[in-house]
Amino acid sequence: MADKITVGYTHLSGCTGCTVALADNYAGLLTLLDRYVDLKYMPTLADARHIQQVDVSFVEGSVCINDKLAVEEIKETREKSAIVVALGGCACYGNITRFSRGGQQNQPAHEAYLPIGDLIKVDVYIPGCAPTPQLIRNVAVMAYLLLKGTKEQKELATAYLKPLMMAADKGTTACFCDLMTNVINQGLCMGCGSCASACPVNAITHEYGKPQGERDLCIKCGACYNQCPRSWFSFDVVSNYEAINEAIMAALQ
Amino acid sequence: MGAELGNYKSCISARSTDKELLKRAQDGGIVTSLFAFALDEGIIDGAIVAATKEFAAKNPSKVMMDNSNMDFPEPWRPIPAIVNTKAELIAAAGTKYNISPNVSLIKEATRSFGLDKVGIVGTPCQMQAIRKLQLYPVGARDVGASIALAVGIFCMENFPYQSILQLVEDHAAMKMESVRKMEIGKGKFWVYGKRGQVVQLPLKVTHKYEQPGCHVCLDYVANLGDISTGSVGSPDGWSTVFVRSKIGDSVWAKAMAAGCFETQPIEKVKPGLELVTKLANEKISKNKKTLEARATFGVGKGLRNPYI
Repeated sequence: MADKITVGYTHLSGCTGCTVALADNYAGLLTLLDRYVDLKYMPTLADARHIQQVDVSFVEGSVCINDKLAVEEIKETREKSAIVVALGGCACYGNITRFSRGGQQNQPAHEAYLPIGDLIKVDVYIPGCAPTPQLIRNVAVMAYLLLKGTKEQKELATAYLKPLMMAADKGTTACFCDLMTNVINQGLCMGCGSCASACPVNAITHEYGKPQGERDLCIKCGACYNQCPRSWFSFDVVSNYEAINEAIMAALQ
Repeated sequence: MGAELGNYKSCISARSTDKELLKRAQDGGIVTSLFAFALDEGIIDGAIVAATKEFAAKNPSKVMMDNSNMDFPEPWRPIPAIVNTKAELIAAAGTKYNISPNVSLIKEATRSFGLDKVGIVGTPCQMQAIRKLQLYPVGARDVGASIALAVGIFCMENFPYQSILQLVEDHAAMKMESVRKMEIGKGKFWVYGKRGQVVQLPLKVTHKYEQPGCHVCLDYVANLGDISTGSVGSPDGWSTVFVRSKIGDSVWAKAMAAGCFETQPIEKVKPGLELVTKLANEKISKNKKTLEARATFGVGKGLRNPYI
């Protein structure tokens, strides 16, 4: 298909877990590359590594502000991409890199790391540590529909991506505390258990049906809050879950 | 068919044909029978249900770590558990009327519990959580496609454990351990004792004990379940069943063919869908008002609305 979208992948201070998650779509990734996506540059999975003009760029990792090259790369990514997607906890919220205090060989002065949204405007978040192959796949398919689809497909993609765009607007910090301040303290928690299952470090348990976070274990990835049905919930999209899941699966057949 | 009942392919009044199971079931034994059938047929290889603390103490391998002190007895305290047999399903049967975070097990079900085809039962909000998790799997890698059957239960509101304690021990003056069954129906909260005593409380008494998070919920009949069920609309001992998704339709058809349920057309039973619709509309309009009131809760400031 000639009408592919062009995609790039900028790899900053991240552990490559997001790259692995992308690759873990297995055959789905190959279908994506065959039909929908022209992967212009990406360390690890493509020959070209340097940032180019693209429709959508995915950024893995946070930015080390003590590393001139990293700062240049994130700015160049913004300048050359129509849509910037922060992929994974580090790019969205800093995640584990928030805990850096520097002093690591062979660049001990690399101590300060920021989520990319603190330096550039970010359009879409894919939170999670690691982000799931399925959410990456869904966003990739929706990005394609948004840019190349019919009018109805564009509307669906806009509705689907809206909460992830709102997450990008909301900010660059995340913590178990978000569940306290924005869900429980707001009188919205109903004890479904989503947060505990989403937490990648098992920092959340439930006591009498309400989440309790072991805050010293929290890596600030934002998975719990974004998975919570009372953080954001779109009836328009979710009520249509069967058709959307089928459409995504059909796109990858 | 109005929006208040969600999308559905069919609606019937049903009860299990398993008489032994019915003795332990809340109403028509729909959830227990359906999961028992799905386990037998290999449609699911385990189900996440609201078991009890006693069940968890006896079957520690079926639950995940919880902060509870297991030496401290708390009758009617639900603990999410993964069950793999009919006996375990029956041991966990019945409604507990307080919070069981069943979705907390959904990922682990596919990990240390080793399930490929997971069944889950839950309230309407938990069905919303499941569908959000399938469409936006932020922290649920490879989980969405493993959810083989999600059964939703009708829900007007839920209670914290301590509220149930207060209602049973203070208002109904019964000990929790002496309770055989709790039920909400016919405008009352019913507590049935093991020795045959029955106490009824007007729902007016229970309102202040409700979980606040339920007051923004806009779903009464679990619109997002594959199948959803509850007592409302059907005669005593029967349940109203909505078959909603393709999965639900397929499983329900197989269960019917296997003779798991006897059914009556919903149009033929009293009080029927009219009551379900009425209660659904009452819940939704009340909670829409709550959402509106939240928007102007303070002075020039409001509370958050989760729906976008």
